[in-house]
Formats: sequence, structure tokens, C-alpha cells
Amino acid sequence: MSIEVEHISKSFGHFKALDDVSLRINDGELVALLGPSGSGKTTLLRIIAGLEAPDQHPHASIRFHSEDVSSRGVGERRVGFVFQHYALFRHMTVFENVAFGLRVRPRRDRPAKEEIRDRVERLLSLVQLQQFSKRYPSQLSGGQRQRVALARALAVEPKVLLLDEPFGALDAKVRQGLRAWLRRLHEEIHITSVLVTHDQEEALEVADRVVVMNNAKIEQEGAPHEVFHQAKTEFVMKFLGQVNVFHGRVRQGKAEIGGLAVDYPSYKDEAARPATVYMRPHEFDIRRKSNGKPSFPARVVRTNSAGAFARVTLQRESGETVIVDLSLEEFNQLALAEGELVHLYPKNARVFIPEVAV
Amino acid sequence: MELALTTTGFEASNWAHARPRLKAATEEKPWVRLACITVTVLFLALLLFVPLASVFAEAFREGVRVYFASFSDRYAIAAIRLTLLAAAISVPLNTAFGLTAAWAITKFQFRGKSLLITLIDLPFAVSPIVSGLIYVLVFGMQGWVGAWLSEHNIQVIFAVPGIVLATVFVTFPFVARELIPLMQEQGTEEEEAATSLGASGWQTFMKVTLPNVKWALLYGVILANARAMGEFGAVAVVSGHLRGKTNTMPLHVETLYNEYNFVAASAVASLLALLGLVTLAIKSAVEWKVRRDYEAAAVSESS
Repeated sequence: MSIEVEHISKSFGHFKALDDVSLRINDGELVALLGPSGSGKTTLLRIIAGLEAPDQHPHASIRFHSEDVSSRGVGERRVGFVFQHYALFRHMTVFENVAFGLRVRPRRDRPAKEEIRDRVERLLSLVQLQQFSKRYPSQLSGGQRQRVALARALAVEPKVLLLDEPFGALDAKVRQGLRAWLRRLHEEIHITSVLVTHDQEEALEVADRVVVMNNAKIEQEGAPHEVFHQAKTEFVMKFLGQVNVFHGRVRQGKAEIGGLAVDYPSYKDEAARPATVYMRPHEFDIRRKSNGKPSFPARVVRTNSAGAFARVTLQRESGETVIVDLSLEEFNQLALAEGELVHLYPKNARVFIPEVAV
Repeated sequence: MELALTTTGFEASNWAHARPRLKAATEEKPWVRLACITVTVLFLALLLFVPLASVFAEAFREGVRVYFASFSDRYAIAAIRLTLLAAAISVPLNTAFGLTAAWAITKFQFRGKSLLITLIDLPFAVSPIVSGLIYVLVFGMQGWVGAWLSEHNIQVIFAVPGIVLATVFVTFPFVARELIPLMQEQGTEEEEAATSLGASGWQTFMKVTLPNVKWALLYGVILANARAMGEFGAVAVVSGHLRGKTNTMPLHVETLYNEYNFVAASAVASLLALLGLVTLAIKSAVEWKVRRDYEAAAVSESS
């Protein structure tokens, strides 16, 4: 089922959590809402669920499969909501938790006892918790609780699955495992899902499409590789992955940062304007000798090769720190010494001209 | 360690013998501990246990037969009945009120919330005599609605309704006060989860909210009941001490005492004291159970 959200705003007192946000989520898609805390992502999710009402606006609408649901309560929207802190019913067993949504149905819609049992057992095996059905939430680990919460949300056969920071409270190892598991589960049941996270790695790994949010607005949306490699705004550039920031200026189709010029054909003016240039750590070559191509010198401060790649921290003459990631092969070939002066050759750069109020 | 000591000239073996017993930084000298405990026990014995025991001693002074005869007295029976009635009305009423108030305060956002919390505490803050007086001023013959009530032949003051009202007033904070902090801590996520799974408001309340607070609720009810049965001040003002009509157990004890009927007074007092002891026992049991549940949860939480 597709979800269309149009012109949604939400204020809490003087704080604007969402500012005229519109978003379309396709049927069967897994979309991640990614942003720092306070960016409005959780509010958007809660509004889709119906746990929060958007501000009144003549064109505001929330549609599930082209059907307006904005006046429906959360119970009538057929959404499965997974809470950040699981929100499991602490006085019920795992089985009772998962059965809850079926047992509270009005008698005429309520499945028979045996059917409820079968369905709950099927769900528990889907989340690999069959043997824990008699346990209480307090007797489970964080990861297990999260899976119970997921099974409970799926029990009511929702048309949409909404997950609020589902792995936020878990440690790194468990997160990694659950992430992969969630992706597999989605491939299996193909339910339209929206996942809120502040962890870019999680969003980029799990989602079909990533919606980057900041300051109550959507900054950019697109496939993970798109938002990562073709950031449309400075915020997205900075928020996704590590990046080196240089302050310079643009003039006559070039961006200049301390002796280095980068092509920037969209600005042909004579008059210089301040600009910010971003370069990812893996988009550099390091050479000992200049080969005539555009480059700038920097001194090696620190190297660290404990990982899948080697990280070299350097310092420019102006005092700016530059981080460069090299493959271990390259790193070993270069055999850099700390304190050594080298040349950095940017392979790629993104230039942003700060908006100037006219 | 030993090596370091010998090289610096210490005799390691002697030093090891002289080593004092290891103790925690907060540990006191034994005589301090003993003194503290003795003072506390003596104080409790003198001021609490001896008087309590003497009530029972006095009650049984003229034998078991006289003791039980004190309860077969028609006025004593009326007093016990009235006390039970006042408790039977005020406790359920305040349970319902306490749940509603706690629900409203913890699950909704509204203006004047902190004022409401303060108001709930009012009966704890004012003297019970004042609470009684308020009702006399409102419902008495000279009061705001007293004249209208007497025209319609309704008597509140110096009658059972007044006693019940005063009891309700002094006991209404107990349940709410127990529930509010707990429900605040538990938050609204479980309720939101229940609603998102299609539960109605009533189902959410009965299946999620209530089971989560059941022990705190029971605790509040026990305390409210103890106060309802034991209340003297507020009830004394509105009662008028009409024997057999508006005397509750505490008031009956006073009446008997004023008539120098010490055995009967002590007998009824011993019954009240017994009620108090039973209440304390139940309260301790509930506390123990809650703590055990909490620890069990905490243990599995940390694993």
C-alpha cells in the first residue's frame, strides 16, 4: 500500500517539528527517514501512524493507497507501529503480547482461539522466538524484545509497517544482525515500511530509498547511492559519511581553495563569491612528488591502518585538518612517515555556494 | 608488593600480621552501631509498644467475657457498622477518583495540571478539624446550602452523609498519590502501542494501564482504608456524637473514655489497633511483593 503525505506541518508550542512536508512512499517500499534528533523524522512517522495529529492546513492530507486517512484514529489505520523502547506489555508473556491485537478485536472480527494460537506461533517462528513464548519481556534481551515488538505489530496484518528507531537502544553487534534480518524479512513479506533512524549507516544499508531530514524539512530523497554520491545540499553532504570541508571562493567557473582550483562551470561571474568545497576522505590520491595536476601540500600527522582501509590524518599549512582514506595496498606501498610533507590530489569535489539573502 | 617492602627496609611478615581488618569506608565503630540501634528500639518500645500493649491489657483487665461484651453493646455495634459503611463508601469512591485523577494527570497535557496536583494534596496539608469545619460551614444550618437542604428534609451535618463526606475528603489523596509517580514513570508508550493495535480506550485501560499499576493501587487502597476507619478529627466536627447514630469507632472510644468506662473504651480501641496492625501487615506484604517483582525485573533487565 502506498503512502502519500502532503503539506504536513506540526508545531509543539513555539517549536516547529515539521514545516510543510510532502512525501510519497511506494507500495512495498522500505523507506528510511534519516536525520539528526529534532529534525522531525519521528514526528512525521507518528503523524503517518495517527499517533499525532498534524497542524490544520487546507491542503494537508495523509493518504493510504489514495484513500484519505487523516480523520481516522490510529487503531483504524491498520498500521503496525514498532516503538523505540519496544513498549511491550510488561505484565504479559511474549505470546500474550503478540496475541493482543487479535484478542482486542470486536467479537465478530475476532479469530477463533485456535486460529489466534496458530497465527501467533507462525509469527513467533518468523521472528525466531518460538521457544520464548512463555517468557515475560523483562526476561528477554533487547534484541529479542525488539523482535517481539515486531511480531506484535505484524499480528494485526497491517498494511503499513512503521518503525521508530527500532535498533536505537541496542549495542552495535546486535544492531548489525537485526538490520540484516529486517532486510531479509522485508524481502519475504514485502510490506510497505517506514523506518526512522539517525544512523546513516543503518539507513543506507537497509532502505530502498532514504529521505534525509533536517530542521523540519526534507533535504533530499533518493536511493542510498544517490543521496550518498550526489548530495544536493551541504547538509546531506555533511551528514552522510565523513567529509573534509574547505572554505574558498568561486569565480569564472572555478572554485579556488588556497592555490587549488576545482571546476565549477555553473558559476561564470567575474565577481568572486565565498564557497564551501567538500571532499570525501576516499576521494584523494597521495603522492610524494608533484605531477603537475591540481594538488595541495599537507603534512602527515597520524596514520591508522587498523581496519578495512587506512586512515591518514594530515594538516595543511593553513592549519586545516584533512582526512584521507587509502586502501591498505596503497598505504603499504607509500609507507608514509609521520611529519612527512606530501601532495594531495583530489579526485572529486563538491562545491556549494551559501545562499545569500538578496 | 612483598619485594618492594623488603627492599625499602620494612619487615614484610610483621607488617602483614598487624594489618587491620578490611572494612568499608562507611562502616561505623561497633559501639556506635549498638547505641543507635538501642536508642531506636527503646524509643519505639516506650512510645509505641508499651502504650499499644497497655490498650490490650486494659481491655482484658476484667476478663475475656467483659471484653467481648463491649462489642455486643448496641452502641458499639452501631459505631462499628458506621465505620465500615464510611469506609465502604469512601474507599471505592476514592479508588475511582484516584485512578481518574492519576490517568488525567499522567496521560494528558493540559493547563493547570500542577495546580490540580497541589489540590489533590490539600487534605494532607490542612488539619482534619479544618476539613470537618468546611463541611459544617457549607452544609450546616447557617451554611451556604444548609437552609435549602433542611427545607427539603435532607440532613448532612450531624448525620451519616456528613460523616461519609468528611471521610471521603480526608482519604482522597491516597490512591492518586500512589499512582501518579508510577504512571509518570511508565509513560504512555504501552497505551499508544495498545491503541495502535486496535484496542479501544476502555480495553487499553483494563488490559494495559490497570495491570501495570495494580500493586500501587492496592497499596493506596490499603492506606486509604486505614485512614477511613481511623479518622477522628474531621469526623468529630461533623458528627455531633449522637450515640448509635453518628458515632464511628474512634468517636465511640472517646465517648466511652469520657464516661470513665475504660475497659469498654480500650476494648473498642484494641479493635481499631488490630485493624491498624492488619493493615500494616498487608502493606508490608505488598511492599515485599513489589520489591521482589522489581528486583526480578531488574536482574533480567541487566542480563
